[in-house]
Amino acid sequence: MTQSHIMTAYDEELRFLSRRIAEMGGMAEQMASDAVRALVNADAALAQRVISDDAILDAAEREITDKAILTIARRQPVANDLREIMGSIRIASDLERVGDLGKNTAKRVIAVQQSGVPRALARGMEHLSELALAQLKDVLDVYTTRSAEKAQAIRDRDEEIDAMYTSLFRELLTYMMEDPRNITSCTHLLFCAKNIERIGDHATNIAETIYYMTTGTQPDGERPKDDNTATMTVQG
Amino acid sequence: MALTDDDGKIRWRQNPYTLLAGLLILVAALAAAMHAIAVAVVLSIGAVAILAYQPSRNARTEPIAASVNETLPVTEAPRDNIGITRAALSAIDMPLYLIDGRENIVFQNGAAAEAFGDIEPNAHITTRLRSPAILDCVRETIATGNVNTVEYTERHPSTRVYLVRVAPIAPEGSRPTHFILSFRDISESRVVERMRSDFVANASHELRTPLASLQGFIETLQGPAKNDPKAGERFLGIMLEQVQRMNRLVDDLLSLSRLELKAHIAPSDRVDLLPLLGHVRDALQPLAASLDVEIVVDLPNDPVFVAGDRDELIQVFENLVQNACKYGQEGKRIEVTLTPATKGQGAEVSIRDFGPGIAEEHIPRLTERFYRVNVEASRSKKGTGLGLAIVKHILTRHRARLIVQSEMGKGSVFTVRF
Repeated sequence: MTQSHIMTAYDEELRFLSRRIAEMGGMAEQMASDAVRALVNADAALAQRVISDDAILDAAEREITDKAILTIARRQPVANDLREIMGSIRIASDLERVGDLGKNTAKRVIAVQQSGVPRALARGMEHLSELALAQLKDVLDVYTTRSAEKAQAIRDRDEEIDAMYTSLFRELLTYMMEDPRNITSCTHLLFCAKNIERIGDHATNIAETIYYMTTGTQPDGERPKDDNTATMTVQG
Repeated sequence: MALTDDDGKIRWRQNPYTLLAGLLILVAALAAAMHAIAVAVVLSIGAVAILAYQPSRNARTEPIAASVNETLPVTEAPRDNIGITRAALSAIDMPLYLIDGRENIVFQNGAAAEAFGDIEPNAHITTRLRSPAILDCVRETIATGNVNTVEYTERHPSTRVYLVRVAPIAPEGSRPTHFILSFRDISESRVVERMRSDFVANASHELRTPLASLQGFIETLQGPAKNDPKAGERFLGIMLEQVQRMNRLVDDLLSLSRLELKAHIAPSDRVDLLPLLGHVRDALQPLAASLDVEIVVDLPNDPVFVAGDRDELIQVFENLVQNACKYGQEGKRIEVTLTPATKGQGAEVSIRDFGPGIAEEHIPRLTERFYRVNVEASRSKKGTGLGLAIVKHILTRHRARLIVQSEMGKGSVFTVRF
């Protein structure tokens, strides 16, 4: 946490920001997990709830940005405090994107509902979302402790999610080639898988922001990548 | 919440308000004796007012005293109520948080620290609990003073379901200043529910094939092959095989279900991996010999202890070595290596085969239920499609990881990292 200031109101403002970020995180976590559950169980009601919850997250992001800008204007922060506030803005926008991805996944539930998700694919989707949500949970836990070391460790784990996504991508392609009637639902599922994979990327972004907030430097080295879908083809 | 002394006298003597009231009455009596009626009346009213004020004053201070607030010096509290309250909360095995009206955590008990991690004193509740449902409950209770409950599911690292209850600590008739947040673990009943539906879905799907083939053979034996002892013998052999397969499947499904039940309880025993791996090698020697595979075990000299359940870890390594024997048969050799823990990294057991290897796209998905790289190969090798799912479950409970590396044509390495 940041050191205390002579003005307690200033501390209050910083505390408010980190509290709202944590709340946004909780909301984003729930939306992402509900969206996948709705998809796998073909639960349209749950999907509808995810879609309407997105507005709350959007409002929260605007509130955090407003408050952060006000604090900058009023307190003229430097060093640690400035990074803390800038970090809040960045994390809030990452979390807002996570919410959008959850919402987009939820929207596809209705399209996929009619044909249903094949059992093996549903398991794959769940597996992918488990990895991404674990990443998101860990990063939000690290946010409250501001541990640069742990943030770095999380950043290095994105690889696993990429490998899983690549495998699902391939499986979806084979399904489509087996039977053209699968194309509609599989295309939607392809986007859903991509959405979930993107959630993992946003979690990694947040980990990098936390690293920067605490240390003042960017984490070094390239992000580990194992996403080969950009060049993937399947022989028919 | 209020912990009172059994001995009422101590409270009498220690309570300055009662003492003051008594003194006032005494002086009032004196004043009355001296015919100063007006003074006596005023003093009596004062005494009554003090006595009347006292219970409400007690009511307001006691929850604070009981709130185990660290900023309050212990000596100011009546007797050692803070210590006792703190100890009482800590002795309860369910996670508890004591929070104030501004949603700050005043105290967490040991069970809460174990379940959700340590926190700084006076941290805001969102540092540990982010679920919107829980936060809504807390806010609603703080605003209205009503008791609220909500179900909360945590999915990582293992699924746990809690019934969360927020209740105000309110002595009769006064506004609550503090609140108790308690977590009742109802994972077991929820997991049992889900398990039943999963079991039906999986079993019906996977058992259908062997059942259909059994039915086919029985019909053939009753009809066309009725008087053909030779065909009958052959069919009965296949039928036995199918029944054995169903048996294995049911066994695996049951053991998976049992593991799911206790997935959220980390094992507390300590096990030495050296004799354990020796045991696994001895147990699988016959299978390896029949497949013409050699198991080479490379162990360090000193014992390597990890937190774990002996039987479950044996199951993990038996499964992995067995897989290596079956699917890496062509390599003729399996290497089991134990690396003791070093700074920053736990102990590792790696099982390497020199078989055909596993294609990249299958690797991340090997631990999914019924995921098979090659359905035919798995069936012919008596696999149920659940072996690695079981391994994954056991390792999740042990907070250990399974790392799979493989190169086509060169073989695979399955590493368990504690």
